Amino acid sequence: MAELVPETARVTSLVLDLPGWPGHRAGQHVDVRLTAEDGYQAQRSYSIASAPEDEHVVLTVERLQDGEVSPYLVDVLRAGDELELRGPIGGYFVWEESLGGPLVLIGGGSGVVPLRSMLRHWVTTSRAVPVRLLYSSRSWNEVIYRDELVGYSAAHARADVRFALTREWPQGFTGHTGRITRELLADVAGAPDGRPIIYVCGPTGFVEAAAEWLVELGHAPGRIRTERFGPTGS
Amino acid sequence: MSPISRGFTGRRRPADDPSRLPPGQYSERGFPVLSAGPTPHTPLDEWSFLIDGVVEAPVSWPWEEFLGLPAETVTVDIHCVTKWSKLDTTWKGVSVDTLLEGVETPAAYLTAWSDGGYTTNVALEDVTGGKAWVAYEYDGEPLEPEHGGPARLLVPHLYFWKSAKWVRGLTLTLDDEPGFWETYGYHNRGDPWLEQRYQGD
Repeated sequence: MAELVPETARVTSLVLDLPGWPGHRAGQHVDVRLTAEDGYQAQRSYSIASAPEDEHVVLTVERLQDGEVSPYLVDVLRAGDELELRGPIGGYFVWEESLGGPLVLIGGGSGVVPLRSMLRHWVTTSRAVPVRLLYSSRSWNEVIYRDELVGYSAAHARADVRFALTREWPQGFTGHTGRITRELLADVAGAPDGRPIIYVCGPTGFVEAAAEWLVELGHAPGRIRTERFGPTGS
Repeated sequence: MSPISRGFTGRRRPADDPSRLPPGQYSERGFPVLSAGPTPHTPLDEWSFLIDGVVEAPVSWPWEEFLGLPAETVTVDIHCVTKWSKLDTTWKGVSVDTLLEGVETPAAYLTAWSDGGYTTNVALEDVTGGKAWVAYEYDGEPLEPEHGGPARLLVPHLYFWKSAKWVRGLTLTLDDEPGFWETYGYHNRGDPWLEQRYQGD
């Protein structure tokens, strides 16, 4: 563990020094394993937030209220501590230059983490490819990587970053307010005949709704890649 | 040897019977959803279940006939490679033994395939002998689409990605042909008790 970077009140990035790291592709995750003194272990998966080109591997962790591993990573872990992890893992929810675009990224909450890796990868490899990010969050204060994401639209002609805030929004906020809608997705994803490659990541209900609308709008199911987390609540 | 995580004690749940949790798993009360793409919605009048591949004659059942096959209700523990396990889940469906009754085949493997394009491979011996079902009810209710309905494969003794959602058929094969996750770095067999999560485990 090289450094902890607070992102929001509940979200922290872990900047790792990983000697011998084999490299990863944007969108992949790692398994983190914690071991107590008596040998008890707990492991969970976390998305990689950094691009393959970045100097450090970065994991961004949301502290879950009833979590077993995330509170430890966010509250107890300190720079210099050792962390056991395995990876990179996953080969489908991955975007790389050869897959082209237009690239459409739809994120809900901390589902933005693997999408941020893709965006950083896009910046270094593919700035000619149109990219659009729609990021739904509860409030402006809970937007992870806010300054960086806002900066993409300003700095790159082909990048279009939009926010949807579901619970509260600052005065003068020009993005979408309320939950995402089919119309909003239609606008962000563009015409299906443009054949965008679409990545959706977030809580189950968010991903279910977004993926379903995208199919209804005419996007090929095979061009929609999803990653979900969290229980269904039932 | 894993390094000790300074200050980590864990949050063990006394209710969890450790003998029922494979290594590295934790017990989940909810029912998380994981899948690689959108949830397919195939109308039941277009649904059928097909056994094909290296068989003398393919067999298929439309939905109504499938529901008429002898069904079993089983209560099993399920284990997802993303670390959650769910104990005592109750399913109703048709045993793979029943589906393969009367099917003449030299096959040693099969590929389960699904609406939406998902595939997964299993050895025939891992899905016969009362070890696997094609389930269409969960907890006494029709299986919800996000959990794989109208029907999913249920192979509880392997990691849950082998229990293909939205399953539409079993293609019997002579050779073991890696399916979707198996070609993306996950283990070919996926025994949770041997912690066969990824290639090389």
